[in-house]
Amino acid sequence: MKTSYREAMRAALREALAADPRVFLMGEDVGKYGGSYAVTKGLLEEFGPERIRDTPLSELAFVGVGIGAALGGMRPIVEVMTVNFSLLALDQIVNTASLYRHMSGGQFSVPLVIRMATGAGRQIAAQHSHSLENWYAHVPGLKVLAPATVEDARGMLAPALADPDPVVIFEHAQLYNVEGELPEPWTRDIKSAAVRKQGSAVSLITYGGSLPKTLAAAELLTGEGIDAEVVDLRVLRPLDDATIMASVVKCRRAVVVDEGWKTGSLAAEVMARIVEQAFYELDAPLARVCSEEVPIPYARHMEEAALPQPAKIVAAVKGLLA
Amino acid sequence: MTLAPPPSGRVPWEREFALGMVRDMLRIRRMEERAAELYGEQKIRGFLHLYIGEEAVAVGALHALAPEDNIVATYREHGHALVRGMPMRTIMAEMYGKREGCSRGRGGSMHLFDARLRLYGGNAIVGGGLPLAVGLALADKLQGVRRVTACFFGEGAMAEGVFHESMNLAALWQVPALFCCENNLYAMGTALARSESQTDLCIKAAAYKVPTLKVDGQDVVAVHEVAKEAQQQVRAGKGPFFVEFQTYRYRAHSMFDPDLYRDKKEIEEWKTRGPLHSFTARLKAEGKLAEEQFLALDAEVAREVEDAVAYAEAGSWEPVEDLTRDVTAP
Repeated sequence: MKTSYREAMRAALREALAADPRVFLMGEDVGKYGGSYAVTKGLLEEFGPERIRDTPLSELAFVGVGIGAALGGMRPIVEVMTVNFSLLALDQIVNTASLYRHMSGGQFSVPLVIRMATGAGRQIAAQHSHSLENWYAHVPGLKVLAPATVEDARGMLAPALADPDPVVIFEHAQLYNVEGELPEPWTRDIKSAAVRKQGSAVSLITYGGSLPKTLAAAELLTGEGIDAEVVDLRVLRPLDDATIMASVVKCRRAVVVDEGWKTGSLAAEVMARIVEQAFYELDAPLARVCSEEVPIPYARHMEEAALPQPAKIVAAVKGLLA
Repeated sequence: MTLAPPPSGRVPWEREFALGMVRDMLRIRRMEERAAELYGEQKIRGFLHLYIGEEAVAVGALHALAPEDNIVATYREHGHALVRGMPMRTIMAEMYGKREGCSRGRGGSMHLFDARLRLYGGNAIVGGGLPLAVGLALADKLQGVRRVTACFFGEGAMAEGVFHESMNLAALWQVPALFCCENNLYAMGTALARSESQTDLCIKAAAYKVPTLKVDGQDVVAVHEVAKEAQQQVRAGKGPFFVEFQTYRYRAHSMFDPDLYRDKKEIEEWKTRGPLHSFTARLKAEGKLAEEQFLALDAEVAREVEDAVAYAEAGSWEPVEDLTRDVTAP
C-alpha cells in the first residue's frame, strides 16, 4: 500500500490512541490547527480535547508535564514542534526524564514519548534548521529514534510507547511528503539499524533526512560501477554496532553521512566505534559528509551548499577509492 | 525590617496531635544537626542543604495531606521525606551513600525518592519539580483519581520561567495541584528584594488565576490550618492552589556556603521566632506539655538519630558491577 510518511505517522498515532486509554497527545497546535506539519490533522475531532491537548508555547513546562503524567500512570506523547524549540525543554528531558530511573535507585520509570521535527532544507534559515539529534543521543537514559522511511514512521511509535523509558523520536521535516510502499506486516523494531541497499564497495552509513540523499548518491555511484551499501541507523541511541560493523567488514570502506555539524557529531561517534571495533578491517581511512560548520543560511543556493548532498557523498566515496 | 513577634495564641489541637507535631519538628531538627556533624566528619559528602528553621512548614503542611497524595520536593527535602514516613535510617543511609538508602546511595541528600510513599524526589534543579507536579496532577485528573499533588519549592524558583509556565498550565487545565512555596527569603545568597521586582509572591500566582494564601511559616499551627484549607479546595476539584509559607533558614544554604550575604543579627532575630520553641512555649503555657515531657521526647528522638547513624554506618556499598543497572529498563 502506498502512503506518505506523514500519513504513516498519523496512522501510528491513531492506532496508539485507539489501543490504550492511557495514551494522550499534547503539544503546540496539535489539535485545532492539526499539527504544524499536519501530522495530527483530524485527531482532535476523533479523540477529543482531553486526549489531543493543545498547549501554550511552554516547551519546558509541557515536556515536564509529560514526564509527570508518565510517572502518574499515563502514556503521554509530547510533540515538541521542532528540535529548535526543544532546546527550551532540554532541562526537563536531560535533568529529569533521563535521570529518574537511575537516580531513584530504579524506583521510577518515565514512559514518555517525545516527538519532534528536525533538519534543514526548506529555506527557513538558521533558527529553524537545526539537526541536534546527537545532543539527545549523548544522554544515557534516553532512547533516540530516527524513522527515515514510511515503514518506520508507521512502525516505531508503538514500541516506543511500550518502552518503559523516555524515547525521543526525530522526524526529518523533509520526509513528511515522501511516499513509499508500506509492507504488511511492517516492522516494530526499535533496536536495529537496517541495510537499505546491499553493496560491497563502500558502506554509506546515515540516518533520518539524509537517507534519501544517501540512496540517491548510491544510485549515482552504481551508474559509475561502484556498488555502495547503505546502512540506515534508525536507532541513534543505543547504536546498533553489530549491523554497522558487519557492513564495514564486508565493504572495507565507510563514509558516514550526517546532517549535524561535523564537530562533536553523531558521525564522529560512529567513526570512533568503527575505529575501535573494526580498524584492521579497513582498506582506507574513514570519511564523513556533514553540514558545513555555519548557521544554515536562508538563500537556497547557500543552504544547499551547507548541507550534505548526493554529489558531496559521491565525491567522498571517490576520494576513498582513488 | 521589623520582624513580627514569635507565633503565639491558643493551640486549637488535641494534646496528642500537638505533641506529634513537636515530635516531628524535633526529629527533623536533631537528624539534621547530626547530619551537619557527620558532614564535618566527612561521613556525608557532596551537597547538604539543611532545613533547620523551616521545620514547621513540612510538618504542618504534610500532616494536612493524605497518604495517597503525591509529594514533589526540592533538594532541601530531608524533613519532607521524614514526615512523609520514610524511616530516618533510610534517609541517613542515603546521605551516607549506602545501598540501604532509599535510592541505593545513588542520589544522596538531594535525591530522596520513595515510590511507595509517592515521594517523587528530591529534585535538585530549581523549579524542576513544578511541571512534574502539574503532570502528576493531570494524570490523576485524566484517570478520575481524587488525589492532591503537593509541590514544594522555594521563592527562588519563582524567578524561573518554568514557574510561570507551570502555573499557567495548572490553572488552564484546573489540575489538583497544591503549590507550596517555602519562602525563606534567600535564593542561595540573593535576597528576594535583590532579585524580584514584585516581592509579593502571591500576586504572581494570582496573575494566573490561582487562588492564594500566605501564612507565617514559623507557626506550625497556622501552617497546618492553612494547608488543611488549601488541600481541601484542591481535593474538592476546585483546581490548583498556591500557599506562601513565610519562613527562614537558620543555617547556610549548603555546607559550602560561608553565609556572608546576610547580617548575623538578622539570623538571631529570626531565631526568636523559632518554630520549635515558640510552639512548645505555647503548649507549656496551656499546660499541654511539661519540660520533663519535652526532655523525654528529645531523648527518644536522640535515640532514633543514633539508631539511624548506626544503621547507615553498618550499611553496605552498592557493588560497582551494578553501576549501569537501571539506566534504562533491563
